[in-house]
Amino acid sequence: MKFTWFNLMPWPYLPDDFRQRHRSVWVDIPSTLYDPRKGHHVYHTYLDQLEYAEALGFDGIGCNEHHQNAYGLMPSPNLIAAALARRTSRAAICVIGNSIAGYNPAIRVAEEFAMLDVISGGRLIAGFPVGTSMDTNFCYGQIPALTRDKYREAHDLIMKAWASDEPFAFDGTYNQLRWVNCWPKPIQQPHPPIYIPGGGSIETWDFCLDHDYNYSYLSFFGYLRGKSLLDGYWERVGRRGKDESPYRAAFAQIICVADTDAEAERLYAEHCLYFFNRCLHIFPPFADPPGYRTVATIKHGALSQLTLARQKILENLTWKQLVDERFVIAGSPETVRQQLEECIKGLRIGHLFCLFHNGDMPDWKTRHSSKLFAEKVMPHLRDLWPEWKHDERWWMHPMEDRLRPEEQRPGADRPGLEWPR
Amino acid sequence: MKWGAAETKKGTRCRVLEGGSGAPVVFLHGAGGLLRDNPFLDALARRYHVFAPEWPGYGESTGEELLEDMLDFALHGWDLVDALGLRQPHLVGHSMGGMIAAEMACLAPREVGRLALVSPAGLWLDEHPIPDIFALLPAQLAELLFHDAQAGQALLTGGADLTDMEALKEFYLGTQRRLAMAGKILFPIPNRRLAKRLYRLTADTLVLWGAADRLIVPAYAARWQALIPGARVELVESAGHMLPYEQPEAFVRTLAGFLG
Repeated sequence: MKFTWFNLMPWPYLPDDFRQRHRSVWVDIPSTLYDPRKGHHVYHTYLDQLEYAEALGFDGIGCNEHHQNAYGLMPSPNLIAAALARRTSRAAICVIGNSIAGYNPAIRVAEEFAMLDVISGGRLIAGFPVGTSMDTNFCYGQIPALTRDKYREAHDLIMKAWASDEPFAFDGTYNQLRWVNCWPKPIQQPHPPIYIPGGGSIETWDFCLDHDYNYSYLSFFGYLRGKSLLDGYWERVGRRGKDESPYRAAFAQIICVADTDAEAERLYAEHCLYFFNRCLHIFPPFADPPGYRTVATIKHGALSQLTLARQKILENLTWKQLVDERFVIAGSPETVRQQLEECIKGLRIGHLFCLFHNGDMPDWKTRHSSKLFAEKVMPHLRDLWPEWKHDERWWMHPMEDRLRPEEQRPGADRPGLEWPR
Repeated sequence: MKWGAAETKKGTRCRVLEGGSGAPVVFLHGAGGLLRDNPFLDALARRYHVFAPEWPGYGESTGEELLEDMLDFALHGWDLVDALGLRQPHLVGHSMGGMIAAEMACLAPREVGRLALVSPAGLWLDEHPIPDIFALLPAQLAELLFHDAQAGQALLTGGADLTDMEALKEFYLGTQRRLAMAGKILFPIPNRRLAKRLYRLTADTLVLWGAADRLIVPAYAARWQALIPGARVELVESAGHMLPYEQPEAFVRTLAGFLG
């Protein structure tokens, strides 16, 4: 198993009556609710936590892209990843990812991801989400019905830019470039591991399998609800004749560890409820504009937005519900271990994106929970897939001599070029 | 009136509501499509040969994947005119259909008989931002589209009982499909730079507006008039954006007065 410590970076100062006073945490949330001076400390706290996660022994540290919202404060995840690349040396840097349909031209992503891979010494994991409709359509103005087509084109451009050793012309519908010539190129060859975060779009499964990319199911509604979706994915894997390596799939899970189950509730309940009640308070039409999901996908999935059922669920959530329905895996190390084992085996996943910071959780609680997990839970879950132990196809391949920079500096092999004393 | 079909050279297949005799009139519907009852078309068909095609992505019409942008939409309009075997038809376009009709007329001004634009989309005024129809709860739609929202709600759903889950699902899927198509020329801002081409129009043009239009407010009528040489503007009282459905008699009377 690989464990990645993920921080969504929510804004922790939303007022108590946020739900009543505002229709959405995303797209049209008043920017007066943001305070840049507090924001300074928020960013540094969150970045410190990600660095701490590396020290605790997590395999990866993760960030992602969202716009115009208080749910996640990373309009540019690459800036966060760049800060992490300089201050860490061992963990994979998982950018899950850049919403490539929103970049004009998309070659920017090939360049920035290559920069990150080079700066980090080959530790980048590159995510290519379609992006939520809030981000890609409502904030970045992409036409819903054409978003997937633009996404596929952006993907083709980026992958070709990384693979090609010669400048080439790219005559796309959305990106027309006479000279594509990616400088720098990524360290990891032929390219960094690619993760495709998906909700429930069935088209995404085939796209992942066509290219042998990791499929990351990002939901906040736990493995009990995620099971039917992942079952569908694995059935597709089987039907396509692919091997069943669990590393083909990743899942995101909110985790809260304390000394006892009761202590977990006392420490973390209010912060998790803040997350569900405020950070997921999205005006339903922003989440489902016509054309964003294909008719096939809408028919396949529940028509949840239709009845506003999802928002109703969030409004009245209790800690007991969060825990019983496994939206949150919380409790003593033993409780968390048991439930996570069930989650990991049930979904057949090799990668877990662990969400320890939730909502307005204070720094010390976030660190406490993460540390308990790293020391008392993670070691027991490491070897759940012994038969796939050596499968590194979906993990980083860093360069080996990156930790001895003094021997490798430009000019180090040419004595006499030192700075004059 | 009765349903027929037309297949364009490009390969779209469109259902066409057709009836009457006389001068050919092509009616292009708005982003919501034709509703179940279209009494203003029946009334027009008593004086003209009326063709009301359903756009690809609407009703039983197919081929939406063949149309991506404004030029595709406008050329599709002319492809339909060809497929129906019409010469110099009058073009009547409502809302999104008005935007398409105006674009068709910019491309081929001498192929149009007369041009009637009914609460057309296609322009943008910063001082009158048009509400985002792609970010509405179903219950908010009628309020925006009709002078009388309650009566409008019944017209929109065509009498379907939306408390019935299956009926709601069907209505929802239909709406998603229609607006997905409309989004290609209306999202995120319904302006594909028509304003810089309108100088080309030569046909007599009428701009018709509901005085109580809350979606595209009547201030836009003056902008259309300023951009189209010699255009006439008529406002219809007690009508919102869905003017042809809300005031069919006044609509047909005014239109017939213009088309002759």
